[in-house]
Amino acid sequence: MTLLLDLILGLAVVGVAVWTLAVRENFPAVIGFVAYGLLLALVWVRLGAVDVALTEAALGAGATGVILLFAVVRLRGGRAEIDAATPGPRQRLAAGILCGVVGLALAVAVLSLPDPAPSQAAAVARHLPELGVANPITGVLMAYRGLDTLLEAVVLVFAVLAIWSMAPDRRWGAVPGPVFPVQSNGPLSLLARLLPPIGIVVGIYIAWVGADAPGGKFQGGTILAAMGILAWVAGLWRLPPVASRGLRWAVVAGPLAFIGVGLLGFVFADGFLSYPPAIAKPLILLIEAAMTLSVAAALVLMVAGPPEGRRA
Amino acid sequence: MEATPGGFLLVLILVAPVTGLLIGFAQGGRAAERIALWAAPLGVTMAMVLLAGVLHAQAPIVAFVGGWAPPLGLALRADGLAAAMLMTTAVIIAAITLFARADYTTLPGAPEARAPLAFWCFLLALWAALNAAFLGGDLFNLFVALEMLTFGALALACLDGRATQFKAELRYLLFALIGSVFYLLGTALLYGAYGTLDILLLSRTARSDAPTIVAASLMTVGLLGKMALFPLHLWLPAAHAGAPPAASALLSGLVVKASYVLLLRLWFWVMPAALLLAVAPILALLGAAAILFGSLVALRQARLKLLVAYSTVAQIGYLFLMFPLVAGSAAEVAERAWTGGALQAISHAFAKAAMFLAAGVIARGMGHDRIAGLHGAARVAPLSVLAFGLAGLSLMGIPPSGGFTAKWLLLQSALYAGQWWWALVIVAGGLLTGGYVFRVLSAAMRAPSPDFMPAAPVDARQERVALGLAIISVVLGLLPLAAFGLVLIGR
Repeated sequence: MTLLLDLILGLAVVGVAVWTLAVRENFPAVIGFVAYGLLLALVWVRLGAVDVALTEAALGAGATGVILLFAVVRLRGGRAEIDAATPGPRQRLAAGILCGVVGLALAVAVLSLPDPAPSQAAAVARHLPELGVANPITGVLMAYRGLDTLLEAVVLVFAVLAIWSMAPDRRWGAVPGPVFPVQSNGPLSLLARLLPPIGIVVGIYIAWVGADAPGGKFQGGTILAAMGILAWVAGLWRLPPVASRGLRWAVVAGPLAFIGVGLLGFVFADGFLSYPPAIAKPLILLIEAAMTLSVAAALVLMVAGPPEGRRA
Repeated sequence: MEATPGGFLLVLILVAPVTGLLIGFAQGGRAAERIALWAAPLGVTMAMVLLAGVLHAQAPIVAFVGGWAPPLGLALRADGLAAAMLMTTAVIIAAITLFARADYTTLPGAPEARAPLAFWCFLLALWAALNAAFLGGDLFNLFVALEMLTFGALALACLDGRATQFKAELRYLLFALIGSVFYLLGTALLYGAYGTLDILLLSRTARSDAPTIVAASLMTVGLLGKMALFPLHLWLPAAHAGAPPAASALLSGLVVKASYVLLLRLWFWVMPAALLLAVAPILALLGAAAILFGSLVALRQARLKLLVAYSTVAQIGYLFLMFPLVAGSAAEVAERAWTGGALQAISHAFAKAAMFLAAGVIARGMGHDRIAGLHGAARVAPLSVLAFGLAGLSLMGIPPSGGFTAKWLLLQSALYAGQWWWALVIVAGGLLTGGYVFRVLSAAMRAPSPDFMPAAPVDARQERVALGLAIISVVLGLLPLAAFGLVLIGR
């Protein structure tokens, strides 16, 4: 029974992927991409990786889907440029052959991997009590491989500034993205008024619970960002201008807190990013809280795009 | 290997530019510029202390981040090669900081502008990414470093905000991202096969089985794409030539070297020797093709910046000649080839940074960068033309210069190893390089027409910075060979 279910799920993932590639219009392709991400999240659940599933659904399908939708809207009217940049049949064939070869090689390699796979899971679990957290993923992301997470958090700051720096010089200092008119009635207006109070609580809860159960800063931050975007699109919330100090400190709060706590490790523990066992959990939660804020701010800004200061 | 004393220095070298970037971005205005100006001498000092430490210990300096030893945790390792690359990076970044003040300074009280803020922030960002790429001891941590590098480099290259430039950089982004995906797939396979991504631990256990071979192929192709080795060079000329001069110097001089060092770590540390022996000639063959193709195309360029960019395509080729000469050679020959390869990476970094900065000054002074119309350039920007020529000496491999020592070491080891055909490529490449450098110089030395007027005044400080970098690339050749024993530490 479960085998049949997995088989259907696997075929559905491949089917949606093929459909997304085959469809000619941009908008349905993005919808296909979002559906693909959600199905992939189900695959991760079936593989027992709930944290990955949550991240895939929130970031892979949700946030990326919204960014792609905005891109589709911006691309309207650029027919000639899009046609010029669209690869021809020969390029497509070459890309298809390349993907086929890589896929085949991966399949051979994965099938000949050692079974049971060598893993650090036991070591991860053994040291968790020293950190005071129960979710092994949090242990990996915040302690054992904390440097990876710190650098990824910095990449978010890069992304925001890189997007902003694509703006024309005269727009610098303006509000990022288009300015939406206030929706006083209709489904969007209702949704944007009802959903955020619930969504903000859920987002904070997901971030908070990450220490001990599936969840965490990236997933929680994405939900918070989604609420912000909803209110922004409905015209209920105006984004601060890119020159706003508060906005910028919100974007860097997470990585800065991470570095700050990390440097304290030189004084109070075993070096950079090492937590004294007695207060490991509060420190990790402090970083996670700051990171949740930064992830949410960065995602909203990535969706909004470079400063425009124009009405949509 | 255990963590060693002095590991905190590795962390500081990595974290200092990151912190500078975060505060500079948040504070805005002139903050990032001032932080970069302070960070430049600090960074050179830290790199010098680290280099001295590695030389003193005659062993790598190792830090376990958070105190967690691999395979559970991450290691940062500074061996001789890393220390040398960190020093090169720090000096070139400091030089670019001085150079860029003329273009991207914000006067006190002036409102914040887009280009200066982005430039100084991404300069710090790129510096952090390069440091992470040279210090990383874990293949996934190195992936993160490569991502930082790609986004930082891309943003810097787009700084002018011209539509044509966006097109070139978009192609760069596609190559770099596909390269990243290949690299990441390989990393995942290696974790599945060995349960660790630590380079030293992998070097003890790697086998020549199907997953390892597939992983090695994917990661190698990915890194070659990021380095623009022939025939994956298509993106480089437009992307490097169209960027602002300070960005071009960083991209061509340093950014491609990060993928190179990672490729060395993959093949000379992680992969089993049998696999390396099979792949090394292929890599060198591509390198040889890059040298000949890149130099020939450079020779035919009408524009100065594109010529310099194609010269990068060619000079990257030399880096790959060391693979078959190090693999499977007697220890003494292998050491020579290794030193030659590392020195080529370093001297090319200085020479190419100098060349792009000089080309930028010349192009501004003349109002264009058409080589045929450069008559009078030596009068408009004399020091820049001199810098271009000196850097050209190093690229050609004329003594005394860093490029000469590098190519001489490679040539010798090719002859000792009985692989004389690589020596032919080195000599041919040198001649072709001479051809394109002299083409530029002879045009620049020609007297201008009587009614010639410079398009814009030339900033003397910018000229001196370009000349300084060119002089370093030459002076490297005056150092005794023993000084380069550094890059053998921890090999």
